[in-house]
Amino acid sequence: MKVVLENLTRVFPNRTKGGEDVVAVNNFSFEIPDGKLVGLLGPSGCGKSTTLYMICGLQKPSGGKIYFGEDDVTDLPPEHRGVGLVFQNYALYPHMTVKQNIMYPLQNLKGEDKLTKDEMLKRTVEVAKLVQIDNLLDRKPSELSGGQQQRVAIARALVKMPRVLLLDEPLSNLDARLRLQTREEIRRIQQETGITTIFVTHDQEEAMSISDMIVVMKLGVVQQIGKPQNVYDDPANLFVAKFLGTPPINVFEGEIRGGMLFIGDDPVLAVGKPDRKVVVGIRPEGFILDERGPMHCKIKGVEVMGRDVSVVATNEASLNPVVRSIISAESKVDVAAESVRYSIKPHKLFLFDPETEERIPFEV
Amino acid sequence: MVDSKKQWKAWLYLAPAIVLLLVFTVWPIINTLRMAFLDNYNGMRAVAGEKFNIGIENFKKVVEFKDFFVCLKNTALLCVITVPVSTLLALLISSALNSIKFLQKFLQTIFFLPYVTNSIAIGMVFAAMFNMVRTVRIIQTAGIVNNVIMFFGGQPVNWINAGSTYWANMVVMIIYIVWNALPFKILILLGGMQSINKQYYDAAKVDGSSRSRILWKITVPLLSPMIAYVVITGFIGGFKEYTSIVGIFGENMGPASAAGRLNTMVGYIYDALPNNDYGRASAAALILFGIILIVTLINLQVSKKRVHY
Repeated sequence: MKVVLENLTRVFPNRTKGGEDVVAVNNFSFEIPDGKLVGLLGPSGCGKSTTLYMICGLQKPSGGKIYFGEDDVTDLPPEHRGVGLVFQNYALYPHMTVKQNIMYPLQNLKGEDKLTKDEMLKRTVEVAKLVQIDNLLDRKPSELSGGQQQRVAIARALVKMPRVLLLDEPLSNLDARLRLQTREEIRRIQQETGITTIFVTHDQEEAMSISDMIVVMKLGVVQQIGKPQNVYDDPANLFVAKFLGTPPINVFEGEIRGGMLFIGDDPVLAVGKPDRKVVVGIRPEGFILDERGPMHCKIKGVEVMGRDVSVVATNEASLNPVVRSIISAESKVDVAAESVRYSIKPHKLFLFDPETEERIPFEV
Repeated sequence: MVDSKKQWKAWLYLAPAIVLLLVFTVWPIINTLRMAFLDNYNGMRAVAGEKFNIGIENFKKVVEFKDFFVCLKNTALLCVITVPVSTLLALLISSALNSIKFLQKFLQTIFFLPYVTNSIAIGMVFAAMFNMVRTVRIIQTAGIVNNVIMFFGGQPVNWINAGSTYWANMVVMIIYIVWNALPFKILILLGGMQSINKQYYDAAKVDGSSRSRILWKITVPLLSPMIAYVVITGFIGGFKEYTSIVGIFGENMGPASAAGRLNTMVGYIYDALPNNDYGRASAAALILFGIILIVTLINLQVSKKRVHY
């Protein structure tokens, strides 16, 4: 089932006198193709959860339309939309066993959808097997680990075979190891069921690792939509470039003079653009250790991370406190040396307008 | 932990409360026990210097006294009927209050008013509402209840006046006690409802629950600790029922034609006091304590299975 959002807007009116209304989601249009896993990504307060709740039907949009396939569901209550929602803290009913929790949505079905007890039990066991909790059916939620609770919540959302599955920060309550495992699990379940899935996260790594597409939002406005790798490689603006990637992108003040990009006094790259001031973003993996490289930095330290080495340095033009570069562990860094020189991979360097923060494209 | 050398300070701060508790709670409990087990203990005769034997004569007297079982029956009946009715009503009212926004605070205040009103005063108002005045030919009724019944074409009922039936009396008592018990229960249950995580309701909404299913399958189980609390305190309060009857029927504890018919356990205890018959009163008090203890233990046992924390 494809999901279409058309100029979706949500305004929270300000209750204090003379205050301004808060636009949580501003004119969001997007078509989510059938059977895809889409991540809504952004810092807190960017409107991603509001968007999810509008798709789910728990919040009413102030403007715009929502379609599931060809059906306009904008004014439908949640129970008639055919959505499954997994809450951030799972919202499992604490007084019911796992089985009762999963079965609960089925017991609410009325009229011709009504199931017999055997059918309900069969569906419950099926979906419990899918999320691999069929051995825990008689436990109470308080007797489960976080990861198991998460699975129960997913099972409860899936059991009535929703047209769209919605996940609100599905991994935020899990520890690091479980997070890795669960995100693959979500991917597997999504692919096995083929249900169009939308999930919300503030963790870019999480979004990038499992999504078919990501939507980056800021203050209610969509910044960029695309495949995770494309968004990473080709950010639309400084915000998106900063938000994606760990360690984060290095940002410098720069200037183009005579077609050459200067960071401080270092002529870094020939970009062939008219003279102007710019903001330069360089991905940590965009630096190459090079004794004759154009860029000078002062070494502060080296962090060894096994496969890679992260060189922490400073540069006067840097807008971040430190310049962090990631290089292969085989290349030797002379920590005793005062400075280090880099050359730059051109496709890992982006230019932005200092005022609008929009991307300035250039050809190498 | 407090430094052991400074513990005297802690004791100093606690002292006023401890002294009051010792004088007004601990000593009376001990004294009740003492008086109950001294045969035929009488306050006046004790002052005169008479000595009493240790024994269970007082308890025998209580149980052999015919009015005792009338009191026990009335008390138990009122408890068994009013506690479930008032709990259910309080649940429905607080769930309705919880789901409205407009006038919520105002209605909350209205529902809470009986709690801060004097029970005797309320009893007198109830007596007036259910009153009935009979003249030779026509029944004239001063009470609003009979007026309403007659307005709809019904026959007036003798609720509380001389010649009224036992069950007419009981209906008035039950209405009064339920109404009087509601505010506290609503307060507790509404507070409990407001502390239930809203996400459960969102989840239930997405799952397509009807309102009644949400109430019985989500709200009530999540509210069960509060419900257990109001039921247990309700039973304890019910067994101590006394002022309501005095409020409506006066010290006769019943309509003029059948004084004492509506007497309760606490009423029975008080009856013994004017005669300085402290032994009997103490024995009755201990019996009441035993009954409340047993009922509360049963309540706790039942709620263990039903309450989800």
